[in-house]
Amino acid sequence: MARMKTTSGNAALWPMKPAHALLWQGVVVACALTVLIWFGHNAASHLARRSMELDFSFLWRPAGFAMPFQITTFKPTDSYAMALVAAFSNTLLVSALGVVTATILGLALGVMRLSNSWLMRNASGALVELVRNTPQLLQIVFWYVGVLQLLPQARQSLSLGGLFHLNIRGLFVPYPLAGDWTTILALLLALSLVLVPLLRRFLPMRRRGTRWLWLVPAVLLVVLVESLSGWSVPALKGFNFAGGMVMPPELVALWAGLSLYSAAFIAEIVRGSVEGVAKGQREAAYSLGLRPWPTLRLVVLPQALRVMIPQMTNQYLNLIKSSSLGAAIAYPEIVQIFAGTVLNQSGRAIEVMVILMGVFLSVNLLASAGLARLNARFALKER
Amino acid sequence: MTRSDRTLFRTILSALGAALLGTAASAQTLPAPGPTVEAIKKRGELVCGVDSGIPGFAYQDSSGAWKGFDVDYCQALAAAVLGDPKKVKYVGTTAKVRFTVLQSGEIDVLIRDSTLTFSRDIGLGLTEVGVNFYAGQGFMVRKSLNVKTAAELNGATICMLTGATLELNIADFARSKGTKIDSLLFEKSEEAFAAAEAGRCDGYSDDTGSLAAARSTMKVPNDWIIMPEVISKEPLGIHTRDGDYRWSDIVFWVDTALKTAEEFGITKANVDEKKKSEDPFVRRLLGLEGDFGKQLGIDNEGFYKAIKAVGSYGEIYDAHFGPKALGLPRGLNNLWSQGGLHYPLPFR
Repeated sequence: MARMKTTSGNAALWPMKPAHALLWQGVVVACALTVLIWFGHNAASHLARRSMELDFSFLWRPAGFAMPFQITTFKPTDSYAMALVAAFSNTLLVSALGVVTATILGLALGVMRLSNSWLMRNASGALVELVRNTPQLLQIVFWYVGVLQLLPQARQSLSLGGLFHLNIRGLFVPYPLAGDWTTILALLLALSLVLVPLLRRFLPMRRRGTRWLWLVPAVLLVVLVESLSGWSVPALKGFNFAGGMVMPPELVALWAGLSLYSAAFIAEIVRGSVEGVAKGQREAAYSLGLRPWPTLRLVVLPQALRVMIPQMTNQYLNLIKSSSLGAAIAYPEIVQIFAGTVLNQSGRAIEVMVILMGVFLSVNLLASAGLARLNARFALKER
Repeated sequence: MTRSDRTLFRTILSALGAALLGTAASAQTLPAPGPTVEAIKKRGELVCGVDSGIPGFAYQDSSGAWKGFDVDYCQALAAAVLGDPKKVKYVGTTAKVRFTVLQSGEIDVLIRDSTLTFSRDIGLGLTEVGVNFYAGQGFMVRKSLNVKTAAELNGATICMLTGATLELNIADFARSKGTKIDSLLFEKSEEAFAAAEAGRCDGYSDDTGSLAAARSTMKVPNDWIIMPEVISKEPLGIHTRDGDYRWSDIVFWVDTALKTAEEFGITKANVDEKKKSEDPFVRRLLGLEGDFGKQLGIDNEGFYKAIKAVGSYGEIYDAHFGPKALGLPRGLNNLWSQGGLHYPLPFR
């Protein structure tokens, strides 16, 4: 802000004294607040007149329905609030998977577009243009109906050693069954994975001398595997495979659709940012004798990252919001379960929509706050 | 008369009127027909909330005209209140917004294959006027599965549309039988049918009325069977807002009139001829005797006009679900005298 003051009149739209500026800002804020309060009051009084007051107590009533896929332990006898949590974790799951895959894929595609090889450059370009210029919903439905529904029926599934099965119902993998000590051992293992690097850093010995400390988590892992009471192996039973863990095609289709679409945009961001790094930087690196890959990794990418992060934030936020497209292909995410099933059963349309907006707003604000901190770390620091 | 004099005069008059109403309610003073009817008459059209598109109940034909079982009900109401079945503005509502649209006053009445339930009546401040279609949730499965009853569906995955209480009914059913059935919820029927066709799920579930329509759209309809049993009660009917009981009364008695017409063999074609009937029930229904229509605050020939416009209940059913249409047997939707559940209250 200090710099603002020193700029001459052509930077400010209306040159005015600081006191005046403060006054006008106050007026604008007051007007905005008045409008907001008026909206709120208007909505409340209209709802009251139609005996439709906002009431969130339905959240504690039993939900009654079951979830076809979940990573929580939601049961039909749990409350609507628990259904919200279960559906929300499905949304977070596919968003997290999507963000990671989109980043890796986008980086790869972006770097490929800058490659010297004609084939790599154009293959990446063609893919990016194809994905970027078709609707995302269409792509998700394509993955679901056009690709994953061509998989064989349950009885003709592709099996690997009788343990892994792939069919139209999803990918079935064995699942470890916890024994009496499994939980405690898993916690100890996690703790040791955190403590060992810390100890090695702060112990006064030479790092090489403390390498044996890694034996602790290794031993814990072996004991953990031994503590399992067994494995749940998927087997064909009745209509479908029972036992094991399943990754349903709805999740895969949504994951693929979200990450590929975002990856195309990320690839363009990567390309633009890398090309935005001054040519002299690269030439300087070459003249120091660095080979192309170290040049990219050590000189160009760190500088490109500064330009990239704010744009990536947009892509990530878009991806999180687009996860609601999963409702079209039966992926039980928050819009389908909460704004669909729960809204219908409870009839509380306005309350459900308010909660849904609150949830998406907080997730995206949190995500952008996190990325803003990251951005601050990478930003050019002028000293 | 000065302005203040006039006000005084009016006050006295209305006080007198109120006193008269209070003492002489039994003397059949005609009360005001209620704010909803007044609004409809002033507007010159009935705003009727129907389904945004489902074969049988409500859909738009190629020329954009609304057709269907629920649509005929809207027309009957418009004929009774406004004297013209064409004076209806149809509002296609999705499952998500239907009750909010009614609560907010955008529509006068909701006739949209919606199940009457406790929570909608009490929790949403609505009045459940009457059942116009008895349905139940059923299953359509592949013949090759060799499943005879729904209880054998343990471990099966069922595709269905989101926006109703289908998944709740399935979960209830599975819990009551101690079995497990997975529900895959789709936004649109195209994707749901494609998933069922591809074998992603073992069957498809919906209300019996819609299942018949769904089966007809499968690639090979004969590969699929609709299981005989239903797992839920779905009394589909008419919703109005709480707070205008006069309007709810009108809607209730128009529905009753259509069913009574079938009971007495009155049809769209013979309704004029039936005016010669000596049967006191027919004469009261058609407004030839008594002032039933007037007492409701509509034209005394209101019921006659409704029947003249759309026919009896049986005719409406046959037009949209009969053998020439979707081919759904009448079953529970017969009159009580034919083994069904429709038992219209008597006009006396």
